[in-house]
Amino acid sequence: MEKYTDQGKVDTRSGFGAGLTELGRTNPNVIALCADLVGSLKMQDFIDENPDRFIQVGIAEANMMGIAAGLTIGGKIPFTGTFANFSTGRVYDQIRQSIAYSGKNVKICASHAGVTLGEDGATHQILEDIGLMKMLPGMTVINPCDFNQTKAATLAIANHQGPVYLRFGRPKVANFTTDEMPFEIGKGIVLNTGNDVTLVATGHLVWEALLAAEALEAEGVSAEVINIHTIKPLDTELLLTSVRKTGCIVSAEEHNYLGGLGESIAGALASSHPTPQEFVATNDTFGESGTPAQLMEKYGLNKNAIIAAAKKVMARK
Amino acid sequence: MVHKVNSGHPGGSLGCTEFFVALYYEIMELKDGFDMNGSDENLFFLSNGHISPVFYSVLAHKGYFPVEELNTFRLIDSRLQGHPTTHEGLPGVRIASGSLGQGLSVAIGAALSKKMNNDRKTVFALMGDGELQEGQNWEAIMFAAGKKVDNLIATVDLNGKQIDGATDDVLPMGDIPAKFSAFGWEVIKLEKGNDLKAIVETLKLAQTKTGKGKPIVIIMHTEMGNGVDYMMHTHAWHGKAPNDEQLEIALSQNPETLGDY
Repeated sequence: MEKYTDQGKVDTRSGFGAGLTELGRTNPNVIALCADLVGSLKMQDFIDENPDRFIQVGIAEANMMGIAAGLTIGGKIPFTGTFANFSTGRVYDQIRQSIAYSGKNVKICASHAGVTLGEDGATHQILEDIGLMKMLPGMTVINPCDFNQTKAATLAIANHQGPVYLRFGRPKVANFTTDEMPFEIGKGIVLNTGNDVTLVATGHLVWEALLAAEALEAEGVSAEVINIHTIKPLDTELLLTSVRKTGCIVSAEEHNYLGGLGESIAGALASSHPTPQEFVATNDTFGESGTPAQLMEKYGLNKNAIIAAAKKVMARK
Repeated sequence: MVHKVNSGHPGGSLGCTEFFVALYYEIMELKDGFDMNGSDENLFFLSNGHISPVFYSVLAHKGYFPVEELNTFRLIDSRLQGHPTTHEGLPGVRIASGSLGQGLSVAIGAALSKKMNNDRKTVFALMGDGELQEGQNWEAIMFAAGKKVDNLIATVDLNGKQIDGATDDVLPMGDIPAKFSAFGWEVIKLEKGNDLKAIVETLKLAQTKTGKGKPIVIIMHTEMGNGVDYMMHTHAWHGKAPNDEQLEIALSQNPETLGDY
């Protein structure tokens, strides 16, 4: 099994902040907007270095999305920053009409996605955002797994023409990806090769999938681990290659099983290579208050849930 | 156009015809051809996208696309969708609109983009009055004043009507000019919103007020369905097409007409 070293626990939102700061130095067209959550989104360094390229919109997300759409006219590349809930559900029609349908080059950067937002509870923990965004024609949807990958994704989307939804989170999690894993939009990454089961994960669940694979190896199970950071467009070829070998698949994500990565995978495989699949995801429910670790455990979004799903799906082969 | 496909919004279009003609023929400095960025030229954003018939007609006559293409309005495979969109690549359109209340925010973004690019050309926007019931407008109105977006001239088409009836019956909005004033906008009232000369003068006056720290709004009183007697003084023609007989009457009342092509 490939060995991955946790270089230290750090939040993915800080990866976004670091990427944005670098873009501030390298791409003069990048503009940052925020709806009163600068600290949470780690945008302060960008603002300090580029005060004229930052727009504080206030608590007015709908207006922020419209302004971002307008900024693209004139060649700017706006990055909007707020929580995932307020980046998507609250402003769906603004994104749909003024950004997606209008084909605007806006980067919707969404922190505090999923239950790991923690103590604030379900009002702030969106578990439907991937589904909302992936259903919009032309929208690219990316959910990186750690600090390094979130930074890399932030840099990459600036060079991508078209609307992007970039989803990341609040808690400090393992930082394990390296420079040897170049980030390319739409290209999944095989983290470990294996023959018995394919574990496909996105976001915070990728590290959990690696832990699960390690535990499975100790039980004699060879698990292939794939990091799908880009949910749309989905790297279907990579998934097909894997399931042709392993014959079964587990998808893992911090999102409702309805509308999430697992659903996209199931749809892709059903039309060309129907494959037994188990879903590690929330089960059509809202979240609640608690610590991130407690919530991951309660809602079945961790290593143990992935191990159980792997055993279940292998039995279905 | 609306008659041909038996679909569309003639009332608001007729009410704003003089405004569009004034803006595109007398006020805006436009470059030849069309590019999305629109640098170093005036920009216009239509928020109340349902008055697409008049928008399309003026764009076509200004040469953005062939006048004959107006015949395809609302038909399958057309660039002239029911509501304006960039999606089909129609020159002259820079944002999709139709779902109401979004255009002012977009215009603000474009105005900020111009400021960042040291582009001194003004951005124009048109909104309906009923549309002001959408909350996003008030986010945008608060922002534009608070952030001194003073290269923006918005116009409110105050025709007092919306689909379900008079705006005062559907949801009274009170004193709209006073509301803009209270939010910190420079407010200009235009009583004769269907008088070409008055509109041109008002827009020119508005242009003298740009660059002074305040966004500018023109509250333009118009008559929905202006120029067609049976469409005036009623909300019934907001989103309804005239039949053959009604079209003949309407055209006979308007020797210079946008017409069907």
